[in-house]
Amino acid sequence: MVLVFVETENGKVRKAALEAVYYGYLTAQKLGTSCQALLLGNAEDATSLGLYGATLVHQNDSISFNFFDNQVYSAAIAQAAKKLEASVVILSHSSNGKSLIGNIAYLLDAGSVSAAIDIPETDKGFSVRKGVYSSKALVNIEINTPVKVVSVLGNSLQISVVGANVEVQPIALDVLQPGIKVLSVDKLQSNVTPLPEAERVVSGGRGLKGPENWGIVEELADVLHATTACSRPVSDADWRPHHEHVGQTGIAIRPNLYIAIGISGAIQHLAGVNNSKTIVVINKDPEAPFFKSANYGVVGDLFDIVPKLTAAIKNLNA
Amino acid sequence: MKLLVCISKTPDTTAKIAFNGENTKLETAGITFIMNPYDEWYALVKAIEIQEKWGGSVSVLHVGPSENDAIIRKALAIGATDAHRIDTEAVSADQVAFQMASFIQQHAFDIIFTGKETIDYNGAEVGGRMAAQLNLPFISFASHLDIVTENEAIVKRDMEGGTETIQVNTPFVISAAKGMAEQRIPNMKGIMTAKSKPLNVVTPQEYSPKISIVSHELPPAKKAVQYIDPENMAELARLLREEAKVI
Ligand SMILES: Cc1cc2nc3c(=O)[nH]c(=O)nc-3n(C[C@H](O)[C@H](O)[C@H](O)COP(=O)(O)OP(=O)(O)OC[C@H]3O[C@@H](n4cnc5c(N)ncnc54)[C@H](O)[C@@H]3O)c2cc1C
Ligand SMILES: Nc1ncnc2c1ncn2[C@@H]1O[C@H](COP(=O)(O)O)[C@@H](O)[C@H]1O
Repeated sequence: MVLVFVETENGKVRKAALEAVYYGYLTAQKLGTSCQALLLGNAEDATSLGLYGATLVHQNDSISFNFFDNQVYSAAIAQAAKKLEASVVILSHSSNGKSLIGNIAYLLDAGSVSAAIDIPETDKGFSVRKGVYSSKALVNIEINTPVKVVSVLGNSLQISVVGANVEVQPIALDVLQPGIKVLSVDKLQSNVTPLPEAERVVSGGRGLKGPENWGIVEELADVLHATTACSRPVSDADWRPHHEHVGQTGIAIRPNLYIAIGISGAIQHLAGVNNSKTIVVINKDPEAPFFKSANYGVVGDLFDIVPKLTAAIKNLNA
Repeated sequence: MKLLVCISKTPDTTAKIAFNGENTKLETAGITFIMNPYDEWYALVKAIEIQEKWGGSVSVLHVGPSENDAIIRKALAIGATDAHRIDTEAVSADQVAFQMASFIQQHAFDIIFTGKETIDYNGAEVGGRMAAQLNLPFISFASHLDIVTENEAIVKRDMEGGTETIQVNTPFVISAAKGMAEQRIPNMKGIMTAKSKPLNVVTPQEYSPKISIVSHELPPAKKAVQYIDPENMAELARLLREEAKVI
């Protein structure tokens, strides 16, 4: 059985969790087994996990899951996996998923691969593909243990409906007492899709000259229902919040559309965005290295071009 | 306080990547190796700052062969007190974590630091695996760490669209992200004294890794960029909808 740990936010299943379930479903199909989901806490839409391939949702809503404590969560997930005799455990490669993978794998005596971008190859053995060396290469990793743990990089596969709503069934677990205390959770923009899950991202660099000029970036993001991001010097200068910083030292993303505005395309920046499906680069310097990685390029003054692009998209939508 | 920082070695980001004949191993000729930036800039410097304020020691721990000693000496030059190298090639996160946790079990550290992830394989797995083996709390992607008393810390942790503030008692394992400290460049005195600081070589435990590398590939070449007339953004909007199908 393939067991998928489902992350929630504000009482709902996260988009990254739907992807993880769908990934679990495709993996289970290959292995000739079923895909089931594990929910810690509550989600009003948990039955809909069936649409993406879960045949059953196991739920434990202990209050210990109200805050994220790595030890509490990993112990519960490992315990559920043992109890349900899961041979594969799937996580989202989110900040919590990344925190959990090592702990869970250790507790299950399992080999693990994080940030998988494809369904495992199961013809002989079980091998998983991921990006390495700042996305300059891909690697196929064989997991040699009976139980396997895999985390799935956001936006790595297009989910589709393969089933119907399913039952949510309680699962008894010995839940640990939290060892840490979460004092506060500060979410800056709760109405915006978080960067790792965003399908469209509009990103600004030093070419914008200052934080006061970000209006044009935000307007473009608005018409595209996109999330905003930035290059490192921009967040270092506090023009934009730190969680918007993408790249090698920031976060790695994989949206369908990445629009880079006034960003030169340094290798450390590309490391975090190069896997985007379609890249648009707007830069006044025709020699900017970013154009080499772009699908569409516009050479010119961003202050002129960006408002025009926003207007053109508004027109298209009208 | 007794602090430990786990440091790894990775190719410099700007390195040109190629593989050996069977595509199983990185072609190392011509590649500059560096200390993993998260380990060096954030974890190590933060540990040194804590030691400067609270006293105690900062040990560094590395799993790898003696040819990696230059990286360990750099950590000592930046200000670590002493170093331990577990004398075996690092082959997987599970193996590295097992070797380090087995070593840590023989010593008592208050805080065990790792970097957020290595920039070659981006696994972010070693810290969690060690914490599980040591049965300690693990706080990942910490961007701030304040020591309140010798056995209590307040940590800020990055997550999607925000941060979380956590109180934790020592001992614990923490992975360091950007924001935790500012990079320090080793000075001449540091480089000189590093030569005489202890570097203890540790015999590895018996272990068989749980994963193996099958092959590497270079990503498929990208199609040449299509330039759009800056005066014709309607065309770009149309292409994004009809050709790329992303809006
Ligand atoms: C170890 C390491 C890690 C790093 N990690 C990251 C990381 O995670 N993320 C990251 O982003 N960077 C990272 N960097 C920094 C990186 O090397 C670059 O310095 C950085 O990405 C440059 O940011 P930028 O493109 O915004 O600025 P610049 O390089 O200054 O580029 C600005 C661009 O704007 C263009 N421009 C200016 N005015 C206009 C205009 N009016 N119209 C149109 N275009 C205009 C210019 O032609 C230029 O190409 C890292 C560096 C190191 C050494
Ligand atoms: N060979 C190694 N020796 C010491 N520490 C390591 C080694 N490999 C990884 N680490 C530590 O584990 C962290 C996370 O690595 P990873 O899980 O590989 O992304 C790194 O930032 C280091 O702190």
